Parts: sequence; C-alpha cells; structure tokens
Amino acid sequence: MKNNSRRGFMGKAFGAVAGIGAIGSLYAMKKSWDPLPSVKAAGFTTLNMDDYKENELVTEKWRGKPIFVLKQTKEMMEKAKANPKDMDRLIQIGDSHFMVCVGLCTHLGCIPGYNPAEESFLCACHGGMYDFTAEVTKAPPPRGLDIPPFKIDGNKLVLGEEGPEYKKMLEAGITLKV
Amino acid sequence: MKQNKEPLILAIVVFFTIVTYYLVEPFAHSQMHKHVESEGFEYKDLPELTKKGDATRGKDLVMGAGGCTGCHAITKAGMPAPMDAVTAAASYGVNPPDLSNAGSVYSAKFLASLIKNPAHALMVEHKFDASKGQMHPMVPFYGAGGDMDQEVADMVAYLESIAPKGEELTPAMAYETACGRCHANHYEKWTQIGTKPTFKKKQDGLAFDTKVLDYQDSLKAYMGKLPPDLSIYIRSRGEHYIKTFVENPQNYLKGTAMPRVGVNAEAADKVIEYLEDSGDTKRHEREAVGMNVMIYIIIFAIFAILWKKQVWRDLH
Amino acid sequence: MAHFTKATSVKDWFDQRLAIDKVEKVMMSEYWIPKNINFLWAMGMVLVVTFTLLLVSGIFLLMYYQPNVATAFDSVNYTIMREVDFGWLWRHVHGVAASVVFLIIYIHMFTGIYYGSYKKGREMIWISGMLLFVAFSAEAFSGYMLPWGQMSYWAGMVITNLFAGGSLHADGLVEWIRGDYVPAQAFLNRFFMLHVLLIPLAIMGLIGLHFAALRIPHVNNQDGEEIDFDAESKKYLAGDKAGSKVMRFANDFMAKDMMVVGIYLIFFFYLVFFHYDFAMDPVNFDPADGLKTPAHIYPEWYFLWSYEILRPFSTNIGLIAFAFAQVIFVLLPFLDRSPNTTPASRRGLFKIWFWAMLVDMIVLTAMGKLPPEGIFSTIGLVAALTFIGLWIVLPFITKMEKKA
Repeated sequence: MKNNSRRGFMGKAFGAVAGIGAIGSLYAMKKSWDPLPSVKAAGFTTLNMDDYKENELVTEKWRGKPIFVLKQTKEMMEKAKANPKDMDRLIQIGDSHFMVCVGLCTHLGCIPGYNPAEESFLCACHGGMYDFTAEVTKAPPPRGLDIPPFKIDGNKLVLGEEGPEYKKMLEAGITLKV
Repeated sequence: MKQNKEPLILAIVVFFTIVTYYLVEPFAHSQMHKHVESEGFEYKDLPELTKKGDATRGKDLVMGAGGCTGCHAITKAGMPAPMDAVTAAASYGVNPPDLSNAGSVYSAKFLASLIKNPAHALMVEHKFDASKGQMHPMVPFYGAGGDMDQEVADMVAYLESIAPKGEELTPAMAYETACGRCHANHYEKWTQIGTKPTFKKKQDGLAFDTKVLDYQDSLKAYMGKLPPDLSIYIRSRGEHYIKTFVENPQNYLKGTAMPRVGVNAEAADKVIEYLEDSGDTKRHEREAVGMNVMIYIIIFAIFAILWKKQVWRDLH
Repeated sequence: MAHFTKATSVKDWFDQRLAIDKVEKVMMSEYWIPKNINFLWAMGMVLVVTFTLLLVSGIFLLMYYQPNVATAFDSVNYTIMREVDFGWLWRHVHGVAASVVFLIIYIHMFTGIYYGSYKKGREMIWISGMLLFVAFSAEAFSGYMLPWGQMSYWAGMVITNLFAGGSLHADGLVEWIRGDYVPAQAFLNRFFMLHVLLIPLAIMGLIGLHFAALRIPHVNNQDGEEIDFDAESKKYLAGDKAGSKVMRFANDFMAKDMMVVGIYLIFFFYLVFFHYDFAMDPVNFDPADGLKTPAHIYPEWYFLWSYEILRPFSTNIGLIAFAFAQVIFVLLPFLDRSPNTTPASRRGLFKIWFWAMLVDMIVLTAMGKLPPEGIFSTIGLVAALTFIGLWIVLPFITKMEKKA
C-alpha cells in the first residue's frame, strides 16, 4: 500500500461519489424489506362485542397474534371495582365490560391458558399468572397482558386503530404500545 | 505513443451493437406484426349525425318508446337494472351496460349508429347476420313514428346530458362501462359483475365467486371463449396496440367475436390510464427515480474520468 | 513456525495473520498489466459489475418470488411490481442486466478472438471463459422460466424437447428433465433451484478459475507482444513509470476500468428506466397457458444465432448443427493452427475470417428472430452453412499463415 498511496484527491473524490451511490441503493434495499401495503392494510380487525358470553374466553386474531376477549361477570365487576388498577384495564361497551388483551405472556411470549373456575390465567412456560383483567398476579411476567390499540365504534371494537380510550390507557401507563 | 485507436474501436463496437439491435427489435417486430394506424376514434365508416338532438325529447324516448330501459339500467336517472348481471348474461350473453356514463364514454356518432343497427356499428355482422336469422341481442330501434334520425339524435343528446363531463368521468368508470362487462382485471379486484368486496365469511366469498363463474359461463357461450383478464395488458400489448385494437378489432383478428367498442378519444385515454394504473402502477416513480439515477450516474462517470486522468498522468 | 510480535497497528495485526500486504500486492498493486491495451480490456470489470448487479437485484427478487405455478406469475407482476417498494427496480435491473451481460460477453469474446488472446499459454483463459458462457446461458434460460409467462412456458417446452435428440426419441430423458410430461410444478421448482443455487455456485467457481487462468500468462496486449513482466515491473518500481511497458492493476488500470464502468452504467441505467422492452419481452406478460402457443415464439436475442443454426435443417441435421455450434467455440485454441499471437488485422486470411464470422453471427441472430418464411429462410440457411463452413476452413487458413 505504502508505495501506492498517491491515490490523490480525485481518487478520494471518486470514492466519495461511489459511496453516495451505495448509500442510495441501501435506501432502496431497506424499503424493499418493509411490510407490504397489503400486510399493513390487513392490520385492522373488527370485533362485534355482542357475540361474547360472560366468563367465556374467546381468542380472536389480530395481526397474526392471539387476542383474548373476556366478557366480565357481575362478580368480577364487583371485585374489579374494589381494585381500581383492575378497573382501568377494562373496556366498557354499552353496559358491559370487557378484558381485551394480546394473549402473549409479557415474560417471553407464550400463550397463557385460562381457567374459568379460578377466573385466572396461567402461563405454562414459566408459571406466570394473571387475574381476570389480565393483570399480573405472579412473577416472572413483568406486567399484565398488553392491550392492543382499539377504537370503540358503537357496539363494535376496531383493533388496530387508536381511539381516545386507548390513548388514555397508554398515557396512564396501563399498557405498553403493541 | 502511437495514434489513439480507441475512438475507432468504440465506433466499431457501437456500430455492430446498433445494427444487431435494429435487426432483432424494430426490424423484426415490423416484420412480425402488422402496423395499424389509429384513425383517432373518428369511426369514418359511420354516417355523421346530421340532426341536432334535444335532450328533453330524448328522455321520453329513452324511457318510453325507445324501449332502452327494458334491458338497460340508467342508475343516474333512477332506473335500476331490470335483472341482475348473472341473469342478464344468461339471457343476452353479456350484461347490457348501465347507460349512466354512455354519453361520455361512447362516440355520439357510434351511439347513433348502434341504436339503429347494433350488429353493424359493433362490426359483428359476420356473427349476427339478420338474413340468416341470427339476431343481435340488442333490438334495433325502428323509430317512434317521427323522423327517425331526429329521434336518434334526441336519444343521444339525452344520454350526453346525463353523463359525467370531462374529469368527472374517472378511468375506472370508463373501463367499467367500455370493457369491464367482458374483461376482468384481477389486479384491480374487478370482475365482470363488479368489484369483488372483501368478505369476512368464506361462504360469502365463495358465493360471489360462483356468481362470477356463472356469468363467465354465459359470456363464454356468447363470445366463443372467455375474454382475457386485462390486468397487465398495458405491458403485454402496449398502448398503441390496445387503442387500435379497440378502435377496430377486425384490423388484427379477422372474424373475432370482440365487438368494436365505439369509445371516443377521451374515454380511450381514460381506459389506457386505468390499464396503466393496474399494469404499470409505478410508472411515475420509475420515471422520477430514473431521472435521479441518470443524474447521479453521469456525475459518477465524470468523477471516474477525472480520477483516471489523474492516475494516468504519470504513466505517459 | 510463524513468529508473531506485538502489533503496532490494527493493519499490522491483520497483516501478521492474513498477510494482507502481500495479498494486496499480488491481487492489486503488483498485478502487472501491459500499458498497450485499450478500453476493450475493461470488459472483464464491466462483467464483474453487471454480475454484481444481477446478484444483488436477484437477492431482493428472491425475497418475494414464489416458485409455484399458481402464484409465480402474480408474485412477479403483482407483488414485486406493484406492492414491494422498489420491487420494480430490482426486476428491471435484473431483466435488463441479464440481457446486457450477454452483449458484454460477446464483445469480450470477440475481443479475445481478434487479438488472439486464446493462444500460447492462454488456452485455459479461453476455455474457462467459454464454460462461463455456457453457465451464463443456463442461468439465463432457467431464470427466464421463473415469471411463468407465455414465453417462459413455451421456451421451456421447446428447449427441453431438444433433449429428445430428434429420431432418438429420448422422451424419457425429456420427462426426466421436466419431472412431468409438460413443464409444470416440478419443472418450475427445479429450474428455480438451478437458477438461484446450483448454477450461480458454478458461475462463481468458474469466475475464480477464469481469473486464476489469467495469472501466469498475464493479459494479452494490442500487439500480442511478449513482455518481460519482471524487468518492466522493476523499471516501474524504480520510478520510471512512464518508461515501463507495464502498469499496476490498482490503481492504474483500475482507474480506467472505473471510467469505462461509469460510461457503461449511463447506458445501462438508461435501458433500465426508459428502454426495457427489448429485455422484458411483452409476450411474457401473458400468463402461461399450456393450451395456446403465442403467434411468434423466439428465444432472447443472445440465443438467436444458435437457434437459427438449428432451424433451417430437418430435425436430426438441425440438432447436430446446433450441438456443433454449442461446442465449437471452446475448441478455437486448437483449431487455430497459426503460430502467431497478433491482432487479426495482421494475419492475412484470418482477418477476413474474423469479420466474416462476426457478420455471419449477426445475420444468424437477425434471422433467428424473423419468421422462418420466404427470403428469411433462405438467408438463414446460407448463414448457417457459412457458419459451419467457416469453422471447417479455419485450421487450413491458419496453417497457411506465415510466421510473423
């Protein structure tokens, strides 16, 4: 290299121009890895909230992830009212309250199972537990199940859109952004 | 140093490259494909409209004595289709068009000729020869008792009066009216019976598909084969071919069942725009990115030349 | 045993372990190139750049392409062309580069023939180059199958049928190649494998061989002059850069390589963005239909000359002529009996042979695309016979050549 180092100014300038081209093509390459428009357009799921029965866990699908929907019973509501932290996690539609969460354990992403008799979730992978509002009751999960972005539209719930109720939850730190 | 031979060598390389290119591309294609000049959607073989039409009288004729609404919907004037697309195709072979946009999609001259003698205007007399009892499904208008040319002009004037003007006619409307009842375009989710909606339930989707297939069966029986999907026809055929083909299908395919469509020049451009949107969607981006890349690569070449000059200064 | 000392710099650390200084000298700064050459000697670098463009664009196409007869066409024309950001760019670059790479290969080949760069120790450069040509042809053909359009399907049908060997009726072999009676799912999948794995591996290996073959005999020069590279390089290193007959590969010749590459890329990107139809045949934008042959079917332009050698004859003779055309170029170093390594312009009859071969191949190329009727058939037949005749006379006219 030493006896060949007189690359000179033009060599460096040419190298710089070539470098700009390389960066430009990297931009196109990055864009080609982005999710396709059809994938993004499919990122909305509408749930009809009249379809759910009390204390019966239904698993819906949103952006490929399982979504737990659990309509709360009167007893659950009473228990929840005693604990404001639980109450904040619920979504009210009409007179009913719903727990709607991404059904992936906040520890390492397994799907917890629901036990209707005990009204609680148990994650089989590492033993984490959640109550009927999916608030964490036993470690290792660091927090309750995450709530997907939602918008209330009459008796329907649109997952994927951020309504005012969801934004409030996000600000209050009840859920992390999914 | 000896005399520089590079310009001569470059000239030879470029010469043989261009000769080869010319022979395998422009020349070979000129030998393989017939060249048809466009006549600008003038339809010179059809008689000019001699009378000035009156839309009010035309309305009465279209809705009444003309008998148009027996088969055609005119949604814009509140006339629904007498039957759904699948049933209509089973009866007529193809669903008769909704006439809401007809006045701005079709040439006035063509419409007038069509009303009087459909098989002639559509250039399908080889298929529908009245003397052999082969009647075109569209019944010719025999006049409502007055001056027939005047009556036809009135009807055309009415259709023009209700049709969208200028930019109100979107590319999709032009395509749907002129082409869409025979040709699907699955890149735009268009089927012969309309845009395919997204269904939540699989059964609903399958029911829709079944309707499309039923429609296509009628169409196949009517046309002899299923007219092709036009999703990327703009890339497989190109604008010139599509335009001249639509202008007069017999130019290219003697005896084809495809009728002359009768679109006017503006509507033809709209149809082309629709086909470009479906088959060459990113053309604007391609041109814009292309210009930037060309500017960049010229700068790249200039810097490369300057670098070479500097490095080679010591070598001579 | 190697002796390692504490590194004085990062470069020194690597140098002690990988001898990067030595490698840089061998590959770049003390890889000596004769000065007496012209821009045609930069075609190798142009090919390297074009191959890189093919590789990079191919990687991005591979991310969305689906090798399935039901979805292949739309995965290319809908997903890649409409949905993927810059998908159209990769496809246009890939399609245009696949075509242009053959133009450069032909220029590179004819440069070698003109200057006699396949003789006197350079035979392996020529042979490895011709193997690369075969590998690129197979790569181009297998890639052409993938969009699964009308031309893909019918080219697949016709070319695999060649393997029936005419009267030999080796239909079993044809079915074995296809994995089916017609080109179908098995066929598409295996050609996909060939296109993205096996043939690219072979090409990369052959490129290594081609470069290695260049090392000992060095590149030829415009006069076929035998240069004492040791003496001339000493002169250069001693400071007499202008007086030496050689120069470094890097940066000396590389600067010129880049200049040619720069000008070439202007031409290349113009084609990619504004003039791509020649490389992306419109007929292939119709989906494959096993029940309808397109009105005109023809291979891509770079296969036309050998296709035309097949066409004017009856099946069996045509196949023999076609096979002859495929292998004969490889044998060039042995059919040229002349002791001279000089440009064709100074070689008497060979000069005429060279230009006759070039023109004949262009005529064959043109006739290969034109419909085989009337005068075009006749011209095609004459050109095919001329091609064979030229190769037959080559040993005789070169034998007669006097030692220069």
